[in-house]
Amino acid sequence: MSTSAQVVPVAAGVDRRRYWLDREGVLGPLLLLPTVVYIIALVGFPLVLAVLYSVSDATVGDQSLDFVGLRNFRAAIGDGTFRVALRNTVAFTLVSQLIVMLLANLLALVLSADFHGKRLVRFLVMLPWTTPVALGVLGWLWTLDNVYSPIDYAFRQMGLLGPSIGPLRVDNPVSDVVRWLGLGSVFGTGSNVLWLAQPALAQLSVLLVHVWRTLPLATVILLAGLTAIPQDVKDAANVDGAGFFRQLFYIRIPLLLPIMAVAFLYGIVFTFTDMTIPFILTNRGGPVDSTQVLASWAFIKGIEGGSLGEGAAVAIFLFPVMAGVAALMLRLARRTETS
Amino acid sequence: MAAIEARGITKRFDGGGGAAVDGIDLASTDGEFLVLLGPSGCGKTTLLRMIGGLEPPTAGDILIGGRVVTDLPPRARHIAMVFQSYALYPHMTVFNNIAFPLQAAKLPKETQKQKVGWASGILGIDHLLDRKPRQLSGGQRQRVALARALVREPNVFLLDEPLSNLDAQRRASARDELQQFQRRVGTTTLYVTHDQVEAMGMGDRIAVMDQGRIRQVGTPLEIYDDPADTFVATFLGSPPMNLIPDGASGLLFGFRPEHFVPASDATGDDAVRFPFHVHRTEYLGAERLLYGAVGETRTIARFPANADLPIHVGATSEFAVRRRDLKRFDRETGLRRDQIRGIG
Repeated sequence: MSTSAQVVPVAAGVDRRRYWLDREGVLGPLLLLPTVVYIIALVGFPLVLAVLYSVSDATVGDQSLDFVGLRNFRAAIGDGTFRVALRNTVAFTLVSQLIVMLLANLLALVLSADFHGKRLVRFLVMLPWTTPVALGVLGWLWTLDNVYSPIDYAFRQMGLLGPSIGPLRVDNPVSDVVRWLGLGSVFGTGSNVLWLAQPALAQLSVLLVHVWRTLPLATVILLAGLTAIPQDVKDAANVDGAGFFRQLFYIRIPLLLPIMAVAFLYGIVFTFTDMTIPFILTNRGGPVDSTQVLASWAFIKGIEGGSLGEGAAVAIFLFPVMAGVAALMLRLARRTETS
Repeated sequence: MAAIEARGITKRFDGGGGAAVDGIDLASTDGEFLVLLGPSGCGKTTLLRMIGGLEPPTAGDILIGGRVVTDLPPRARHIAMVFQSYALYPHMTVFNNIAFPLQAAKLPKETQKQKVGWASGILGIDHLLDRKPRQLSGGQRQRVALARALVREPNVFLLDEPLSNLDAQRRASARDELQQFQRRVGTTTLYVTHDQVEAMGMGDRIAVMDQGRIRQVGTPLEIYDDPADTFVATFLGSPPMNLIPDGASGLLFGFRPEHFVPASDATGDDAVRFPFHVHRTEYLGAERLLYGAVGETRTIARFPANADLPIHVGATSEFAVRRRDLKRFDRETGLRRDQIRGIG
């Protein structure tokens, strides 16, 4: 008689297993699983392996891990080439990224203005970033060729390079002006600058290619940052009487700083770990290891030289900087999330 | 202090078709609180931005204090502007926000401090000077924006919907404060809004805009009582003015809902009568609205909530409007056909 005595389950007759995917406790871990597997297999495992190799005597021929303590690190630091590579890596990264920051700010400022053909210019600026590194560097290899460099050719035709007397001297209106300015043969009286054959010029070349390569990304990041500054704020600065430079240094750049930090950190990651540029451009860090960097040196030692342990020890030196950069990036991301 | 004047100001945007602002002539008097009122997209903000120098006009001239400033950049016009978003500099403290125009004018540090103190005192934000804008409430931000505008003692204030980001309650008190503030400093103010309550409550005069043109300029009273055309008549007032086509004259009769009363209440033979069919009533606390029709035309009547109304929904009764409350409009052009005051 009484209906209240009988408690009917809400989902009576419905197979609850049909809805198991609706439960957060099931679906969440399931969706996370691919990422976790990926990170463990392709990030975690190699990192652990590298650390293990670096304290072992593993070679390409014998991968058994016999513990040798810090012997590999001592050997690496004792090696003159390693010290050059460490210095180069830091110098290439910092100098190229400082130049990139300067140029990217200028470029972004120019590209944020309205002018005809803006889209084409933006597209062209982006091109170096979309080109595969190896391909781009090959282009530069030809451009900076010790014999056939078109830059050298242009310099020769302008009288900036090559003999200023004798039958090989170039004579045209441009070279006349250059000589009149006292710039005749400033790049030497030989027929070539030899960009990649002299240590200092080779280092400069690597630096320039780094700039060429990372400038587009930084520019696009800064451009996005500039566009994100509200028009009202710029208008207010205008009305408040601020001229171009006051607006630049008191409004735009301060508001752009967090974005600039992001671009800077990205640039550091790309240049600090790069080995393609010295490997291809200066034929494995030449001349005489003067453009050697940590990544290429680790590859030469560990893979080509066969000493996995020493190679891993060299590569481990990249880790603190990368970890620091990663931590900074996460902090920046968290700050943007909360503000 | 200085008056603002626009002479034949026109603005066309690239590929935008018609003119956003279409040959506007408008002049304020010195120290006046002039409101630009219109629906969104009517060109009022564009006009304000042209006066501020943020947008170059396609044709026409802007004068501030009798001087043509059309080709001058904003910073040379000695104006101050308050934006809808307040446009505070997010990375600066309140002090530096307010001091920014003074720094740009390269005033000595001591003077800057003094003036910031004075402006923040007037707006009651002197205890917030060390905060960043993100730590402030909407109302406080608005005061900071006003202080930043006030601090350099500009010739003219340009305000672009400065109250629209406040909640309703705050807005009512901010309206009052803003008007008192303007009276105190006496600076010519051009105030853009789409809110007729703000316009009616604050403006010395109102310029009603639609589709890039000014429809009417006048005091709130003139605009409300004597609309120059059917646009102004229906844009102001809530509910808007009733417009009833008159078969005999071919005109539109316009009257305010509060002037539409039962014929028995209309004294004298001065009244024009209409049969009013009531569809529904709406009780709004302080007032009661009767929705219905005169002939085929939707018509609304408004009464104080406590008025005794012998009206039944579904019934038709005789209503009337006093002759002087009845406005006549041309049915084609929408323009007033009888005597009016205050046309711009």
